[in-house]
Amino acid sequence: MNYKMIRYTLGLILRFEAIFLCVPIVTGLIYREWQGLSAFVAVAGLCLSLGFFISYKKPENMKLYARDGFVIVSLSWILLSLMGALPFVLCGAIPNYIDALFETVSGFTTTGSSIIPSDVLEALDHCVLIWRSFTHWVGGMGVLVFVMAILPLSGAQNMHIMRAESPGPEVSKLVPRVRRTAIILYIIYFVMTLILFFLLLFDGSIDSGAKHTMGVFDAACTAFGTAGTGGFGIKGDSIASYSPYVQIICTVFMLLFSINFNSYYLILRSKLRDAFNSEVRVFLVIVAVAITAISVNIYLTEIEGAATVGEALRHAAFSVASLISTSGFATLDFNLWPDFSKLILVMIMFIGACAGSTGGGIKVSRIIILVKGMIRELGDLINPRRVKKITIDKKPVGSEVVRSVNAYLVTFVLIFAGSVLLLSFDPYVYTSPMPGGEVDGGKLLTNFTAVTACINNIGPGLDMVGPAANFAFFSPFSKIVLIFDMLAGRLELFPMLLLFAPTTWKRKQ
Amino acid sequence: MKIIIVGCGQVGTTLAAQLNAEGNDITVIDTSGEKIKAITNKIDVMGVVGNGASHLTQQEAGVKGADLLIAVTDSDELNLLCCVIAKKAGNCHTIARVRDHAYNNEASYLKDELGLAMVINPELATAEEIARVLRFPSALSIETFSKGRVELIKFKLPEDSPIIGKSVKEVIGLYKYDVLFCTAERGDDVYITKGDFVFEAKDVISMIAPPRRAAAFFKKINFSTSSVKDAIIVGGGEITHYLCSICEGDGISLKVIDDNPEVCNRFAEDFPKATVILGDTGEQETLLEEGIHDTDAFVALTGSDEENIILSLFARTQFDGKVVTKINRLDFDEVLQHLELDTVVYPKNITSNIILRYVRSMKTKAGSNMETLYTIIPGRVEACEFRISEGSPVIGKPLSQLRLKSDVLIAAIMRGRSVITPRGNDTIQAGDSVILVSGAMGLTGITDAIEK
Repeated sequence: MNYKMIRYTLGLILRFEAIFLCVPIVTGLIYREWQGLSAFVAVAGLCLSLGFFISYKKPENMKLYARDGFVIVSLSWILLSLMGALPFVLCGAIPNYIDALFETVSGFTTTGSSIIPSDVLEALDHCVLIWRSFTHWVGGMGVLVFVMAILPLSGAQNMHIMRAESPGPEVSKLVPRVRRTAIILYIIYFVMTLILFFLLLFDGSIDSGAKHTMGVFDAACTAFGTAGTGGFGIKGDSIASYSPYVQIICTVFMLLFSINFNSYYLILRSKLRDAFNSEVRVFLVIVAVAITAISVNIYLTEIEGAATVGEALRHAAFSVASLISTSGFATLDFNLWPDFSKLILVMIMFIGACAGSTGGGIKVSRIIILVKGMIRELGDLINPRRVKKITIDKKPVGSEVVRSVNAYLVTFVLIFAGSVLLLSFDPYVYTSPMPGGEVDGGKLLTNFTAVTACINNIGPGLDMVGPAANFAFFSPFSKIVLIFDMLAGRLELFPMLLLFAPTTWKRKQ
Repeated sequence: MKIIIVGCGQVGTTLAAQLNAEGNDITVIDTSGEKIKAITNKIDVMGVVGNGASHLTQQEAGVKGADLLIAVTDSDELNLLCCVIAKKAGNCHTIARVRDHAYNNEASYLKDELGLAMVINPELATAEEIARVLRFPSALSIETFSKGRVELIKFKLPEDSPIIGKSVKEVIGLYKYDVLFCTAERGDDVYITKGDFVFEAKDVISMIAPPRRAAAFFKKINFSTSSVKDAIIVGGGEITHYLCSICEGDGISLKVIDDNPEVCNRFAEDFPKATVILGDTGEQETLLEEGIHDTDAFVALTGSDEENIILSLFARTQFDGKVVTKINRLDFDEVLQHLELDTVVYPKNITSNIILRYVRSMKTKAGSNMETLYTIIPGRVEACEFRISEGSPVIGKPLSQLRLKSDVLIAAIMRGRSVITPRGNDTIQAGDSVILVSGAMGLTGITDAIEK
């Protein structure tokens, strides 16, 4: 382990966090929120001085191996969250530190699960709200990828860092140099966010009669949340009280941000055929099927708010886009929908977005490999001597990739089951959010979907953690379990697990 | 510059690392996914798995926008095919490694007809380097600039040398010879030899001078300057073949030992003057019987690095003549420095140096043109020769007024037929060739050597 290099990178991360904190600071200045502002300035100052202190000396040996990359990434995310939670506590928005940490981790990991009740939310300072949403944007593409794009780090071994931070089973470069790849990804990300921001801003010039219209502030927060596929809303009812125009724009962009960013680069290079690879096609098919099934289902069962075909389609499309992209915005409380629709929504929560996007979940490419692996296994039972390779886009998938995807699924299931088990010790009292619902018995569904929502970085689950509710009622221990799940889910499980392996830390005495 | 390298063997990997460090965008192609994975984990390059001669694979690697394609796979034919296709597909410069000596005689034909920028033969280049050392055995290695008018000579100071304990200034004052000391290696440390540097025994010194002045200097400090008269070569590979043809012309009588009858027959046919011995190269007796005590030089050129090292170490214990060891693998070269080997040649380093030189000259900036590039100490010090053309900012200024970077040394100026060992009030003129010794790697023009 290259401890000096880890320390140095962590210092750099702190300095960058100070830069990120400038966004709420500027917001605070504009809205003259002195109390919030002072909290953010204090934390930014702390990050900056601490960052300079521990990364003052550049280590001589900048060589990193795969293991160092994993450790750097997971420690950076933990440190980023620990510091990012401080302003919430200091300015009094979230008095409890564990709650603040939950909120920050939920932000950086683009989960969007909140512990802030909806009535409190709308009363919060602008600078606090924008910091919540901005953490989504930073976390979406990855913090270390951002650092890499700005700073010329050691160069060669940065691939290990990028691999540890980027979602998906395999990470490919767009251009020969890691740094330029990172720059291209961030430019695409930034430009798409900017387009979304202006489209949302356009809402102000449409007289839709909706309860809220998008101002600059609302548009910025919503754009950050959508781009990072995060899902923190700034209104108590998420996106529901905005106009249908805003909802449709959000639907489209949530889907766009859950497609592999390499595809956009390929489109720019006018390689359309390569851009629409099988992962993107399968993703779009899943989305189309889910939207059709749910809109028919909620239209036929005459759900309130989905009276016309158009409305049913709009709400179904929004919910599917929101959950498969693992954003977690809501327009209607899907908790109240029929079981068939809810089950489809839970299924797409697990599938998640495409690899190389800002979304979470298991990822479509892994699902493809797993399903093809299953089909191959069936075929091997019929023809035991058959030799067959799994192929994607006519290219064979290496056996290590298949192996790592299988290992990923096993790890995923184990962490998932373990977390649900740990959550079951939580003594909270179950109260059904449904009108006239059961008094008892919903804890399993609540715990199950809470873990689902956290490990897949979605946000809302079902029942007591549905889109209209929040996570505040969990005990601090449960919150820590969920914090771990969010980080593990965002960093693709293994970097977080590696932190707990004693051999990782072994050094010569 | 955008460069595609086909073949991720040792040469391919070394090239990728060096060219990448010099700021080029590298894409590597290899048929083995494992190799691509290994190289992309180590170096910041993009990898493409596939056959480098396939048009589709080359397209995927971006041959259209590429400036140069370097084919260094194991197969000569594949390398040539890669280059031909790249030339058609991307119209880029192409370099192929071609080692079979059947093709070697046709190198210039291949170059012209197939539109290759360069054909390199590592074995031939290695043989040439060994031959230079045999001609002047006191040196560890000799590189030539300007077609041999200036040499870069590396040698090890023996313990009884008269210049030990003296400083560079004293030595130059004492012997009044215009030689320029560049670097000294002492253990693992490297020094740029400034005026007050004091020589110690076992220092490895590199020095730049025209051959005659160098010879005279060596005579003064009790170094032998005569060529070897005869040599024993163990191993009958391609390098040996080229070395035999060079040495025949130089009048060095050779004894080639190999344990393969076919190889021996071939050598006996091709080189009637040489003594060809069929015998077990791994046996001490064979070497003693063939008179290792009475020869001037011993060259270990078998296919196995380990055998070459053992044979050379044995030879060092038997006589105090010249010993040359060929090493293929580039790893662990730091360990080798601690062994008491004499001259060590790395064919792979030689190959990558030649290619690097070409790439640098493609990148040259206005006003200067790189002619030659040598690595004095891998990764730390190199020497390069630039031709200065009209309009270069360095022309006409006294050297003392050029604000050179601290780790750069102007080692020689060649004007017409004369070689000037530069002093403070000399000037550089258009048409001169200038040799720079530099601790900063990757100079592409003389302007890189000047403080901004």
